Amino acid sequence: MGRHTPLYDLHVRQGGKLVDFAGWDMPINYGSQVDEHHQVRRDVGMFDVSHMTVVDLHGDNSRALLRKLLANNIDRLQAPGKALYSCMLNEQGGVIDDLITYYVREDFFRMVVNAATRDKDLDWIRQQAGPFGVEVRERDDLAMIAVQGPNARDQVLKLLPATLRDAAAELKPFFAALNGMQESGWFVARTGYTGEDGFEIVLPEADAPRLWQALSDNGVSPIGLGARDTLRLEAGMNLYGSDMTEETTPLESGLSWTLAWEPAERDFIGRAALESQREAGVTSKLVGLVLEGKGVIRNHQKVFTEAGEGEVTSGSYSPTIGGSIALARIPAAAGDSVEVEIRGKRIPARVVKPPFVRHGEVRV
Amino acid sequence: MSEVPGELKYTKSHEWVRIEADGSVVVGITDHAQDQLGDMVYVEAPEAGTSFAAGDACAVVESVKAASDVYAPISGEVTEGNDALADSPELVNQDPFGDGWLMKLNPSDSSELDGLMDAEAYQAYLESEEH
Repeated sequence: MGRHTPLYDLHVRQGGKLVDFAGWDMPINYGSQVDEHHQVRRDVGMFDVSHMTVVDLHGDNSRALLRKLLANNIDRLQAPGKALYSCMLNEQGGVIDDLITYYVREDFFRMVVNAATRDKDLDWIRQQAGPFGVEVRERDDLAMIAVQGPNARDQVLKLLPATLRDAAAELKPFFAALNGMQESGWFVARTGYTGEDGFEIVLPEADAPRLWQALSDNGVSPIGLGARDTLRLEAGMNLYGSDMTEETTPLESGLSWTLAWEPAERDFIGRAALESQREAGVTSKLVGLVLEGKGVIRNHQKVFTEAGEGEVTSGSYSPTIGGSIALARIPAAAGDSVEVEIRGKRIPARVVKPPFVRHGEVRV
Repeated sequence: MSEVPGELKYTKSHEWVRIEADGSVVVGITDHAQDQLGDMVYVEAPEAGTSFAAGDACAVVESVKAASDVYAPISGEVTEGNDALADSPELVNQDPFGDGWLMKLNPSDSSELDGLMDAEAYQAYLESEEH
């Protein structure tokens, strides 16, 4: 038996099909993954993401630590509540994890990291935090619910505590509001992993079942991890462990936009390795693929290009497009037409720039 | 609980077989199989005229989750593949024992049918698989 989130009993009651995900018993779907996918694109759905890890940094040197720890520049966060997407790299430039950091106060930053990488992330962050005298707190006491879709805002705002509602209503994308700026309170961020508008709500475990039930009573459908994966793939968002790992750098993973090279004197971990790679020339790139024939692209299938072979890092069926799409790592010199080897046959595919779908609209 | 119609024969790889009055058979995948695989997005049914030996991969059913081979429950020649599945693979989910059928087959040795499970045996097999 795996770990259970505070919403486990509700998943069972709502007919969730539970599977192991990084040691957690999580719902893969509640009946139909495709229906759940459309539900989020067209209306609204809610996800239990309590298995993700909230890590709070406390201490006056938190910002200095993050300047070193993150490949993106924490100094882009000057307004309280602002969020930053970044990779956390090892010395070789490989990706230890990708994460979102929220700026609350100079002595309090909040990070949300992946479930599958929890232990190694915490070890790494604590190791780096030591010399800075920053306290690293794993927030096992918090749950997290994502509500996503064009109608997500309306559904969430009416259920928020009165003290938080106005602040949440005014949030711009990639900003968060914290109730009373207290680390124990509800924390609402206008972020997500679907390519739709919505909120991610971090809240005390004891409050989570009540919010989930209230959303459900208002007609918000639960969405499983299956649809979460096809939604994020359509949105062109990387999945850690599939699209990037410790063996690949952000330059090879479509994440150059998350690297802050300026100021040049900011010596983040992995910088030297990335600079060497950039000077030597990056030999592979992560691209989007749209399959032009029949079939479904799957992870690890071979991609044939005029510049050599590549590999599918995330392949699936796209419910919004009604065909198969993928992210694939291919030679940097490859052109716009490739072939994917699917069950022994080479099927043509078109190389595109993700996202495939954004705010319900097909973009490729 | 998956549906297991009493009049059909079954395989351990979760295909069903319906024996028609003229001795031909209809083949599909069971309710249990479609439920395990999830939403179908692509089905490649065999073409008429193709021959299979029992146990040969004869069709591909591909769900959002994974691609799976379907195995011929008995030997024979395909008389018809279900072309409707090319545009409507979801029929396999919605009606696995009806409109979601995969192929019609002329058995080359009808004694092979005796080697298949009846509904009761398949039901017991499903229960044993769950433990």
